[in-house]
Amino acid sequence: MQLIYEKSVPGRSGVRIPLSDVPKAAPLPEGLRRGQPAAFPEVSELDLVRHYTNLSRRNFSVDTNFYPLGSCTMKYNAKIMENVGALFAGCHPMLALIPGGEQLVQGPLSLVHGLEQQLAEITGMDEVTTQPLAGAHGEMTGIMVIAAYHKARGENRKYVIVPDSSHGTNPASAAMAGYEIITIPTAPYGDMDLDAYRAAMNGEVAAVMMTCPNTLGLFNPHVAEICAIAHEAGALTYYDGANLNAILGKVRPGDVGFDVIHVNLHKTFGTPHGGGGPGSGPVGVKKGLIPYLPTPRVVKKADGSFGVEAHPEGIGRVSDFFGNFGIMARAFAYITLLGGEGLVEVSGQAVLNANYMMARLKGEYELPFDTTCMHECVFSASRQLKEGVHAIDIAKYLIDRGYHPPTVYFPLNVKEAIMIEPTETESKQTMDGFIEVMLEAARMARTNPEALHEAPVTTPVGRLDETRAARAQQVCCE
Amino acid sequence: MLAVIGAKSVEDLFSPIPAQLRAKSFNLPAGVSEFELTAIMRAKAAAGGAEIVPFIGGGLYDHVIPAAVDHLSGRAEFYTAYTPYQPECAQGTLQALYEYQTAICRLTGMEASNASLYDGGTAVAEAALMSLRITGRNAVVLDASVNPLHREIVCGYLAGVSAQVAEVAPDGCGSDLERLLGSIGPETAAVIVQNPNFFGSVQDFSQLAAKAHEQGALLIVSCYPIALGLVKSPGEMGADIVVGDGQSLGNTLSFGGPYFGFITTRKRYIRNLPGRIVGETVDKQGRRGYVLTLQAREQHIKRHKATSNICSNQSLCALRGLIFAAALGKKGFEDLAALNLDKAQYAKSLLCGIKGVSVLNAGATFNEFTLALPKEAASVVEALLGSGVAAGVPLGGYYAGMDNALVVTVTEKRTKAEIDRLATLLEEALCN
Repeated sequence: MQLIYEKSVPGRSGVRIPLSDVPKAAPLPEGLRRGQPAAFPEVSELDLVRHYTNLSRRNFSVDTNFYPLGSCTMKYNAKIMENVGALFAGCHPMLALIPGGEQLVQGPLSLVHGLEQQLAEITGMDEVTTQPLAGAHGEMTGIMVIAAYHKARGENRKYVIVPDSSHGTNPASAAMAGYEIITIPTAPYGDMDLDAYRAAMNGEVAAVMMTCPNTLGLFNPHVAEICAIAHEAGALTYYDGANLNAILGKVRPGDVGFDVIHVNLHKTFGTPHGGGGPGSGPVGVKKGLIPYLPTPRVVKKADGSFGVEAHPEGIGRVSDFFGNFGIMARAFAYITLLGGEGLVEVSGQAVLNANYMMARLKGEYELPFDTTCMHECVFSASRQLKEGVHAIDIAKYLIDRGYHPPTVYFPLNVKEAIMIEPTETESKQTMDGFIEVMLEAARMARTNPEALHEAPVTTPVGRLDETRAARAQQVCCE
Repeated sequence: MLAVIGAKSVEDLFSPIPAQLRAKSFNLPAGVSEFELTAIMRAKAAAGGAEIVPFIGGGLYDHVIPAAVDHLSGRAEFYTAYTPYQPECAQGTLQALYEYQTAICRLTGMEASNASLYDGGTAVAEAALMSLRITGRNAVVLDASVNPLHREIVCGYLAGVSAQVAEVAPDGCGSDLERLLGSIGPETAAVIVQNPNFFGSVQDFSQLAAKAHEQGALLIVSCYPIALGLVKSPGEMGADIVVGDGQSLGNTLSFGGPYFGFITTRKRYIRNLPGRIVGETVDKQGRRGYVLTLQAREQHIKRHKATSNICSNQSLCALRGLIFAAALGKKGFEDLAALNLDKAQYAKSLLCGIKGVSVLNAGATFNEFTLALPKEAASVVEALLGSGVAAGVPLGGYYAGMDNALVVTVTEKRTKAEIDRLATLLEEALCN
């Protein structure tokens, strides 16, 4: 398909600029003026609409395809959330920061406060900030809060512990907050090696970051002990909420012994993934850490109204205002719509679906940890590899059959990993259709591996040459 | 399904979780229907200040958004997809991001862009971190006429990696170029400026760029994309890294987000960019296609040695920015910027005709300018809110000695009648 720039015709335009009702201003002084206008495409509205409508049709999406991308929680997002999220389009956040403006934005402020309260109850934390703009941003914020806590106690701790199965963002976020990383291997039983962890823990460790259930979809039964070991050494415990969907209403990280948590609203709380964002990554903390939350805080005053207050001891500001409000509004709506009972059903159905998927596929695919899983299950294509078929070949075949592939090659501690997260919103019929194709791919690996290597053949382009892209570094058109 | 699994109940599946770890409370109200939900949300939105006529900006602006932006970005194939990990079934997102990168490069006059960052403030911080990586130095010089909210974010991020920030106070409402230059030391990785700055002043930083380069430091320019319809681009000034908030490009105000941040640079620094980058390539049959590229910089491969922890972009917001730019087109975008200038100039001359009011910007401005009022700006703003007008952002809370200063923003959406009313109300408020 042509680029929009290749469809450009000089002088064509899709939009009429409003007429001016004021006199023409003197132009900017010459030295401040742009040489040439930016070469944006010149297209009619119809050209524009056809271009992007047809581009959109080159995407798989939750609304068009089953999308069991492990670790990403690609649940269906009810349409009502889009309607209510858009209601706040015209609200200027700067109003909240100008004198007297608070009173004019009580609605959105009450939503920020309300969401913070909902998330605190769901995670078992004492207070929540909605400022972080994505999960990784939440991680960084959480670790900065932990750093501020230690610093306030006059301690200069150097390390953050992460398991090797963690998301890459965990060590990257801790590094951005100034920490060195200690990586703990996975034990044969599928969880962080407890002995290695115990040996690594000491008075120089600031925190341990855990994802629970972990990226293998397994709930670590030693999680309370892990927290206790950290606390004994004066370290804090960080809960990566990436997999919170599995335990909604069943376990609250705050009850277990975690001090800090981030949640991914775009995963667990039903906001669309947007092709890679926007997300939202609120952070919850236990009481002792409240002083270090970012500034400003939305507070409920004695008279029941909401205000914006500076938070002087905190880590400062991590985003301009109160976070990705449009996403927060959708998450608030999701929690309100489902209610407590609905959320408990979410985790139940998500775990049921994942275990069904696991039970149906484990005959054909190697299951490195054969035990009850939580919201996702991780297979290895090691059996298929003997026929020369890799996880990526199976993934590409699924595309030809109309399914978005599961996550492949993650987590890193499983060779040829295939990580399937069906989510609670999928029906048995949809999963059965996917399972049949997965079983078919396993058969083909034995009988016709070549066909799998050629996949996909139904898409606008076949497998793309990534090495060439990295070498050419062509990231915009001339 | 339970029979296939070999479990008696759904509850059985949670048996790996020790009983003592189960939730101690889960006290949330019962759910509601979507109709009740709509009423709840409408009530909150109605108390959202959207009826106030905004002469406030401060980095976020009330601009027109062509209808096609909502319709096209509202295609579920775009908004319910995720990161394009499987490029063959994500060419829609990937090609759109490649087109976005092109648009932002052309707008800023630079050579390489990533697929977007979170927002304007974090983009400035990411640019600062990027300059540390490029130069191997450990400090930045930060012009205090950069948005104060953004400066707070920069300071937080840089404190995290124990890098130094030297803030340089402005000279009136403009950057103090001499002091900025004088603050560059052997450890200075970059000088960070904003154009137009928080006071609305438009400046040429070409000399600053050249002199910073002589001392081995980079120039980072944070900019307002609509202004670039008229204002000399950072690329033309010799900037090394350009950032900004993309909100004004087709994204609604939405009480603070989601927006997107953009970051562009010279091609030689591309490997130091944070976040996702889309590149062009071909398949076996030679068909052109797009993939995420240069991923060896990123956290899922490099873990703690990555260029950033960022693992998403603001894809959908960047898509809106792209569609906005394409809808307006080359000429339309320039015309839109010109209309902003016209409206703001009209307001500026009208408002500084009020007794006791003067303009503090020494030189050119775009669609924002700073007024000196004969009394404290905060109280004036508060008084005018009662008449449904947000007159501007008072500077008292942000800059010492500027209690009487007010930054007024006038976009193309403000009508002559609204501007005239602002003048009347301001005059009344100042007489009392």
